[in-house]
Amino acid sequence: MTTADRRYHHPVSFTWWARKPSYLLFVLRELSSVFVAWFVVYLLLLVAAVSSGNESYQGFLEWSSHPLMIALNVIAFAFVLLHAVTWFGLAPKAIVLRLGSWRVPPNLILAAHYGAWLVISVAVAWVILR
Amino acid sequence: MSETDDKHAVPDMPDTTGTITMEVARFRPDRESEPSWDSYDVPLRKEWAVLDGLNHIKDQLDGTLSYRWSCRMGICGSCGMTVNGEPKLTCSTFLTDYAPGPVRVEPLANFPVIRDLVVDIEDFMAKLPTVKPWLVSGDEEPAEDSEYRQTPAEMDDYRRYSMCINCMLCYSACPVYALDPDFIGPAAIALAQRYNLDSRDEGNEDRRDVLASAEGVWACTFVGECSVACPKDVDPAGAIQRYKLTAATQAVKDLLLPRGAR
Amino acid sequence: MTTKRSPEPFAWLLFSSGGMAAAMLIPVLLLLFGIVFPLGWLSAPSHDRLAAVLTHPVTLLVLFGLCVLALFHWAHRFRYTLYDGLQLRKAAPVIAVLCYGGAAVGSVIAAFVLIRAL
Repeated sequence: MTTADRRYHHPVSFTWWARKPSYLLFVLRELSSVFVAWFVVYLLLLVAAVSSGNESYQGFLEWSSHPLMIALNVIAFAFVLLHAVTWFGLAPKAIVLRLGSWRVPPNLILAAHYGAWLVISVAVAWVILR
Repeated sequence: MSETDDKHAVPDMPDTTGTITMEVARFRPDRESEPSWDSYDVPLRKEWAVLDGLNHIKDQLDGTLSYRWSCRMGICGSCGMTVNGEPKLTCSTFLTDYAPGPVRVEPLANFPVIRDLVVDIEDFMAKLPTVKPWLVSGDEEPAEDSEYRQTPAEMDDYRRYSMCINCMLCYSACPVYALDPDFIGPAAIALAQRYNLDSRDEGNEDRRDVLASAEGVWACTFVGECSVACPKDVDPAGAIQRYKLTAATQAVKDLLLPRGAR
Repeated sequence: MTTKRSPEPFAWLLFSSGGMAAAMLIPVLLLLFGIVFPLGWLSAPSHDRLAAVLTHPVTLLVLFGLCVLALFHWAHRFRYTLYDGLQLRKAAPVIAVLCYGGAAVGSVIAAFVLIRAL
């Protein structure tokens, strides 16, 4: 040790993400991916139940209306909404669209995402409910 | 003396509405192994920035306090510190916004502390030139009397990123930089984009190895705090996202197209 | 100058496409099948009706795309959450293999389940 480092290095706290609301929101946003993955599992269980016949489909419906399942899916829904809203919010940062010399304003790109979200959601609901 | 009790009676002294306590992080490597706090009461004046409070401490109360500052007008980028937990330029952060106080002043987070409020910026200074933040020209130097033409629209492409003053508040706000010190960081990438998007520049390919590496844009998880902290509205987070799309498009082209067609 | 070939841009493209697909499709599907039908706000579609929708090749293709992209979206994001949130950067190679490997296995299972529905 000839040249000792006399500088002070702040240790990174294990709970650094709890220090600021914006960091916490970031970690929650990242954790939304867990609920995205959960949805894939849930969807595949539904598909498997439907393709096994009416009886197993009714079984799935019963299982899905268990209070714990509903609670889990309400939480999951909150997280996927967080994902959707933050995702659309960040999209105009990455996407720079140009039509001729006109640069499409970020707000319009944002509005287009929300418009597409609405149209797709209504179309999916219509296919399922009609 | 007509107004014997009036503290405001000193001629040419601006309005003083009392005092505010400044809690200042001190670190004296010759005496202590980690930082401690010192408290000072400074006049609370409506036109005083945090930096004015520090200057008052240095001039009137404790000459041993160390910190960096220069221009006092938000352009030199040297007075960045952590004020009540947020990275700020202390010359443009006003004491009255923290009344009644106390206001806590710490060195910029995520950098090693040399002394008191002075941090070691060597890491940033070493990273910055790796992205070649200057106009790279493939041709020989232009003749003396020639000039590069640029339309206002072309200038708009990069102008926002050119506002960076290298104050490093974005590094201080970035948790990725705190966790992964090899991350090239927000300002360096924004400055790289400032030149990549300049119509006169031909250095895109030169900067790509650094920008499109694992320690370049791919280390960023878009916390977005760099753009919140930026005092010049540079939006480094946006610059990084934009380059991710550019780098990904380029990677797909590399994969699909023969060398000549890229 | 040689360009370093990093798989990162491809992982990011999968992550981004998955993020977009998930944002566009999952909220409505989860709202209906996870909350609205279980709570009886609307009656769930009959088995025949749902089976007819599901066996349509377009539906299966869309669902397969959604499953694969959403899983890789999870893999990429969760990988970085482990790096940063739990400060596990030292275990980066293991985490990467587990996350993307998990997404790949999940994709195969999704293909199997969806083909069986045909």
